[in-house]
Amino acid sequence: MEHIPILKMYEFLLVTIQVDMHDRLALALQDDLTERIVQTHARGVLIDISALDLVDSFMGRMLGNIAAMSRILDAETVVVGMQPAVAITLVELGLPLKGIRTALNVEQGMAFLRTVVG
Amino acid sequence: MVVLKHETVAVRSDADIVHARQLVREWARQQGFSLVDQTKIVTAASELARNTLHYGGGGTVRLDVLNAGSRVGLQLTFKDCGPGIPDLDLAMRDGYTTGGGLGLGLGGAKRLSNEFDIESQPGQGTCVRIARWK
Repeated sequence: MEHIPILKMYEFLLVTIQVDMHDRLALALQDDLTERIVQTHARGVLIDISALDLVDSFMGRMLGNIAAMSRILDAETVVVGMQPAVAITLVELGLPLKGIRTALNVEQGMAFLRTVVG
Repeated sequence: MVVLKHETVAVRSDADIVHARQLVREWARQQGFSLVDQTKIVTAASELARNTLHYGGGGTVRLDVLNAGSRVGLQLTFKDCGPGIPDLDLAMRDGYTTGGGLGLGLGGAKRLSNEFDIESQPGQGTCVRIARWK
């Protein structure tokens, strides 16, 4: 089965979603990330969604789950690079992604994780 | 109102949902929808296709390019022969779900569209039609 690659950089895990995800792929990412956090003792997770041209309620829920699970495992999650059209659509859909930390781009996301981890 | 073009595709798997939304994206782009409007109708399509698959047990989506006077629209009709929805008002309510999701699919798809109709017969299936005009 396909998996989305997870890169480790120091105490952070980096994920770039570059494919139009079907639901099982999104669920696999959720499982893979939690496993990798435990394995690597990662303190932060950065998810780059700049290549995604839609986030629907299923993917939104998956991002929320990842943030919640990471937090329980003592890692902070930041979602970066959301396209403006996706942000507008998410709010209208009724899913403002509460509880998910976001940043405009990878640099700002990394800067945020560094401050949190200290 | 004239139908300029139409196509019907199956919604029977995760991969079909991805295919359906890619087709909707392509058609919306071809008709000159703005990026925000494309994203709205593609997201609505993704929500409704998932409902067709998970609650309706699979079905079809028909895409229509409509022309009314000087206006062009994209209409999507999702049909399944599943168990139907016993209480439509309840199903439309945000946060209500029988499937463990967020309960945003129907209400969200309605907010993302200019037109929205739903018909459901318990035991016979559900048909949801949305349209977005340029």
